[in-house]
Amino acid sequence: MKYAIIGAGPAGIEAASVLAAHGKEVTLFEKAPSPLKNIADKAFLFPNFAPADEMVQTLDKKLQNELITVLYDTEITDLSRVALTGTVESYGDYAATMPQSSFAIPSEWKLTDAKGHTYFANKVLVTTGYTPFDAHRKEELGYGIYKGIHTSIEMEKMIRHKLFFLMIRRPPRRIVFLQCVGSRDEKSGNHYCSKVCCVTAVKQAIEVKKLLPNTDVFVFYMDLRMWGQGFEEMYRQSQETYGVRFVRGRISEASGTFDGRVQIKAEDTLMGLPMKMTTDLLVLMVGMEASEGTRQIGHSCNICGDYGFIHTIDPHLQDNLTSHKDLYAAGTCKRPMSLTDSVNDARAAALAMLDS
Amino acid sequence: MNKFGFSIAHTRSTDLDTANLGKAEELLQRVPSYKLCIGCGGCTAACTAGLFTDFNIRRIHTQFARGQYKGLDRRLQSCMLCGKCLLVCPRGVNTRALIVEMRRLLNNTDPA
Repeated sequence: MKYAIIGAGPAGIEAASVLAAHGKEVTLFEKAPSPLKNIADKAFLFPNFAPADEMVQTLDKKLQNELITVLYDTEITDLSRVALTGTVESYGDYAATMPQSSFAIPSEWKLTDAKGHTYFANKVLVTTGYTPFDAHRKEELGYGIYKGIHTSIEMEKMIRHKLFFLMIRRPPRRIVFLQCVGSRDEKSGNHYCSKVCCVTAVKQAIEVKKLLPNTDVFVFYMDLRMWGQGFEEMYRQSQETYGVRFVRGRISEASGTFDGRVQIKAEDTLMGLPMKMTTDLLVLMVGMEASEGTRQIGHSCNICGDYGFIHTIDPHLQDNLTSHKDLYAAGTCKRPMSLTDSVNDARAAALAMLDS
Repeated sequence: MNKFGFSIAHTRSTDLDTANLGKAEELLQRVPSYKLCIGCGGCTAACTAGLFTDFNIRRIHTQFARGQYKGLDRRLQSCMLCGKCLLVCPRGVNTRALIVEMRRLLNNTDPA
């Protein structure tokens, strides 16, 4: 029995390690030259402020298993079901267990990469993940046009370097976070909530306050969705201990000032009045979108759901199963998810693969 | 000089760059639990004075926090300090102390 996993992110690695622990041979396909692209740049993880590096090291260690093969620089572009080639013996137990009545022609998955190489596997798990929303698409927010406007991804990198590049210029007097950039937004075509940005902004606001206690930090929000364990407590702590200010209202426009700062306009909806201010830094909390790989795999075998994410059979009890036999999905390729949820989902997917 | 019946309209917008936030900062020092306010409006919903007058406590303290003190002094007089707002606040803000301190800060005899 051959297992293939597409995408060496946290979900892919976790699933591979569970399968390997059950004595299965697993091949991981990763299009990048290294694993864990999305969390490698993170500084700390919510809600416990654990260094992201520790998580990366732990997951990396799980890959050091003789049953796991990782193929880097291998982008799977096509996934299709083909008739079993070769002799039945070469497939060992798998072919023998297949009931002949339900399976007229024994078949398996064929994975084709961008260079045209093909690989075969009996069971495939899709963990192709997400990509951050491209903030250029919200032109009115000035990303890529004015200085001082960054995405939450860039902010995380800056926090990783202790805001060093901000400090050498001059310590910022004010930093503003804006929620729901590319999420819950008709204009971006994304009606869904990306789930993790609320708590990420609170986390980053606390990090900023720890490094720069005298900087005013504002968070502009539509709703604050503190859904996970410890999130609401973090939100409280950010107000009580760190004095982060929360304003209910969506920033409609950001523009540069002559001295290189950013002018923002919003409605302070609790006052019912327009509000404006200048800030040294505007951080756009970008949402999650289906990654290019997710879309490609989704289209190649017709399991594409809403917004390009992978569609699973049932959200409650068959959430790792797709409409194809022996094709499974886990993690953020299905919908926006936190790291915790993504890793748990991967374990569930691995068990579903072992069960069937 | 001819009068054309026009005047300069002042913006209603809150500009946090020019706002006078001295009293607002002092209020946070005196009533630290106010940092925890999430603007839910529970206090206003519970308020008896608010049923009969233009006293809207959630609005008044939000306005105060943005440095817009004009007219607040008069509206704050409607409060009877009954403390029902204290009972309903989900974040444990000492709303009664908030009103007393806002009154003190708006009163010119207060040193702050």
